[in-house]
Amino acid sequence: MADSTAASTADSHGGHSHGGHPADPSKRDMLELLAGAGAAIFGAAIVWPLVSSMNPAKDVLALSSVEVDLTPIQLGQGIVVSWQGKPIFVRHRTPEEIKSAEDVKPSDMPDPQADKVRVKTGHDQWLVLVGICTHLGCIPLGNKPADVRGEFGGYFCPCHGSQYDTSGRIRKGPAPANLAVPPYAFESDSKIKIG
Amino acid sequence: MAGLNKSEFANPVINWVDSRLPIFTMMQKEYGIFPTPKNFNYFWNFGALAMVCLMVMTMTGIFLAMNYQPNAELAFASVQHIMRDVNYGWLIRYVHQNGASMFFIVTYIHIFRGIYYGSYKAPRELLWMLGVVILLLMMATAFMGYVLPWGQMSYWGATVITNLFSAFPVVGKYIVTLLWGGFSVDQPTLNRFFALHYLLPFVLVGVIFLHVAALHIVGSNNPLGIDVKSPQDTVPFHPYYTIKDSVGVCVFLMVWAAFVCFAPNVLGDPNNFIPANPLQSPADIVPEWYFLPYYAILRSVPNKLLGVCMMFGSLLLLLLLPWLDTSRVRSARFRPIFRKVVWLWVLSFIVLGVCGAHKPEGIWVILSRIAALYYFAHLLVVLPILGKIERPLPLPESISNPVVVRSAVIAALVAAFFGLAAIQPARAEMAETPMPQQKWSFDGVFGTVDLASAQRGFQVYKEVCSACHSMKFMHYRDLAGLGLSEAQIKAIAASVTVPQGLNDQGEPKEGPGTAASQFRSPFPNDLAARAGNGGALPPDLSLIVNAREGGADYIYALMVGFGEAPKDFKMQDGMNFNMYYPGHQIAMPQPLRDGQVTYADGTPNNIAQEARDVVTFLYWVSNPEEAERKALGVKVILYLGFMACVTYALKRKVWAAIH
Repeated sequence: MADSTAASTADSHGGHSHGGHPADPSKRDMLELLAGAGAAIFGAAIVWPLVSSMNPAKDVLALSSVEVDLTPIQLGQGIVVSWQGKPIFVRHRTPEEIKSAEDVKPSDMPDPQADKVRVKTGHDQWLVLVGICTHLGCIPLGNKPADVRGEFGGYFCPCHGSQYDTSGRIRKGPAPANLAVPPYAFESDSKIKIG
Repeated sequence: MAGLNKSEFANPVINWVDSRLPIFTMMQKEYGIFPTPKNFNYFWNFGALAMVCLMVMTMTGIFLAMNYQPNAELAFASVQHIMRDVNYGWLIRYVHQNGASMFFIVTYIHIFRGIYYGSYKAPRELLWMLGVVILLLMMATAFMGYVLPWGQMSYWGATVITNLFSAFPVVGKYIVTLLWGGFSVDQPTLNRFFALHYLLPFVLVGVIFLHVAALHIVGSNNPLGIDVKSPQDTVPFHPYYTIKDSVGVCVFLMVWAAFVCFAPNVLGDPNNFIPANPLQSPADIVPEWYFLPYYAILRSVPNKLLGVCMMFGSLLLLLLLPWLDTSRVRSARFRPIFRKVVWLWVLSFIVLGVCGAHKPEGIWVILSRIAALYYFAHLLVVLPILGKIERPLPLPESISNPVVVRSAVIAALVAAFFGLAAIQPARAEMAETPMPQQKWSFDGVFGTVDLASAQRGFQVYKEVCSACHSMKFMHYRDLAGLGLSEAQIKAIAASVTVPQGLNDQGEPKEGPGTAASQFRSPFPNDLAARAGNGGALPPDLSLIVNAREGGADYIYALMVGFGEAPKDFKMQDGMNFNMYYPGHQIAMPQPLRDGQVTYADGTPNNIAQEARDVVTFLYWVSNPEEAERKALGVKVILYLGFMACVTYALKRKVWAAIH
């Protein structure tokens, strides 16, 4: 039983050992090559849609934006919204928090980045972050004022002790990078659209 | 080095592995040099083709399972999610759905080959019996798979088939409750059927392994049915039969691809596009074509228990075939009488299949009884007696010295083709009033939906149909497939208010739609829809063209078929007369009239045009993948056609020395 066309080409030399071919051997070699290549291409063409089916479906891709109303968030408070299944921290920073984030020199950090590139111009009281530790994917504490916020007053990941500052930048601990800033835009002064 | 296998492979890596685990030696022995009779005809392809089916079904099934929900509330919608949203989901599902039919046609031909050439006779009795077990397992797997989409036919098929067990006295009803996990087919049933549908193919693989292992002990039969006498009678399996099987695989995949790409639902039932409804069974319960003969046997017997026993018996008797057939000559070629009556038996099977597709009334009952009688008589009376009285023709000396008869092969294939063809038209005749046939842009192999017409149809839907009918499986984003721009889609979506989950107080929230929103339903739920429409539920239109016998022609006829009832026709209150609606009384008032909508592009807005446009739109909604599917079909079939030519040319070269 040949399980597929590919099987016919698994051992293309087998056929030659049975001598006495009146046919032109070079033509047969060409046909074997053609059949083998054809089967290989067909096999790859079968794999493609199967693998592709595991990528996000149209409905998942379509739900890639969420709007957040900022009015209920008090100064110093933060909320968590879900975007693409991930927690998004939206934090209303106090002037002190903003100042501490701006004053520190980025060159002293593992992942140097200025505070102003992590917020939108004119809206620097709003810090929007993907609330996932860049170490191994736990959710850091610190979005609520009552949480443990670590040495730098930002976020503290309880899993392995990574500490982030009030701009969400990694300052201490095993995490290699700053908390990510999702793509978002201000629709009005009190409304953002994430995604 | 005691214990190591003596490997003869030159490649050091292969040799190292093979010395410790001789899989390469085994493959070489069983599929490389395996001596195989040199006179196989193309009937001997079908075992390999069945193996291809098994592999494709397993592969596609695994990927379907990644997106399918075995939950009575979600199953139907999850299948639509696969069809509409998952990348290539429609392709994977249609390959799997049609694959069941392909698997059965190939297996039936494989079985017929075994019967015609006496492959079940000594020493291949156990090989044959394992084959019957494989058939039974396949049937169980196919049946449970058919339940999973949770359409009307899934649900009622499951109900009817599981109720077969209630025929057994005393224990019957306990068995049925056990199968259901409740007191009707419901969530527990669906959940376990899914688990078993995933499990059984692996059991199948195990039994097929035994089937093949047994084959490799006793060796293949051949069209002459005589034993291999010398090495001159055989050729090594590779390359002779690997290449011959490859030709068959290419041709077979072309047929499969043609079904998938050009007629994916021709073998299915429109009722299965309607979600399961435990409170209403469809007008006719028809199983898939591959079960029709057994279904006809069941219905041909007026007694419930006897009918069930006959149905199972028709399959289980096959286990005894090696002993029921008393002739020692294997191949039908040398059995002049058997060669004729075996066709009668095939005919009885096909007639039973055709009967199974019809309501058990009038001629069909009589025909199915005659056919069932012959089916059993052939096995229980004809075969045992024939073996004693028939005078076989002289057998050839050896395979190398054959008498070539090809007509039987061709006749069998032709008969199989017409047998299958005869079953299908039988279903179409169930509609009451013949509908005028329309010409549609999407007809035929190359036809695709006329997008301008479908866009106008969307306008008709939006302004007229959507007042009462939902379209749950459509999202505004899907309108991109109609050629609408992103801005147009956003504007259309924003013009309606759709539910948006809960607000911060936990109360239902509404807001303007987005591209990702489902089409807005006119009623929050089915009860509200009934209440708003005088007790009649306007069906969801997401799949309406596929869900009605007659498809686009029927919906069109329904749109233009309203009118005054004839004088002597008794109408019920609140009903409307429609020429083409079954029973002629429909709760829906005439939806379309001349001038009902005003087209922006100046297309005449008479009722015929409106109906034509809305049906085109509805067809597209039911089959949004159609253009992509047909285009793929042309490419795949051309490619496979080319591959069939290449493999056939190679086969000629390989076999040149033998012929």
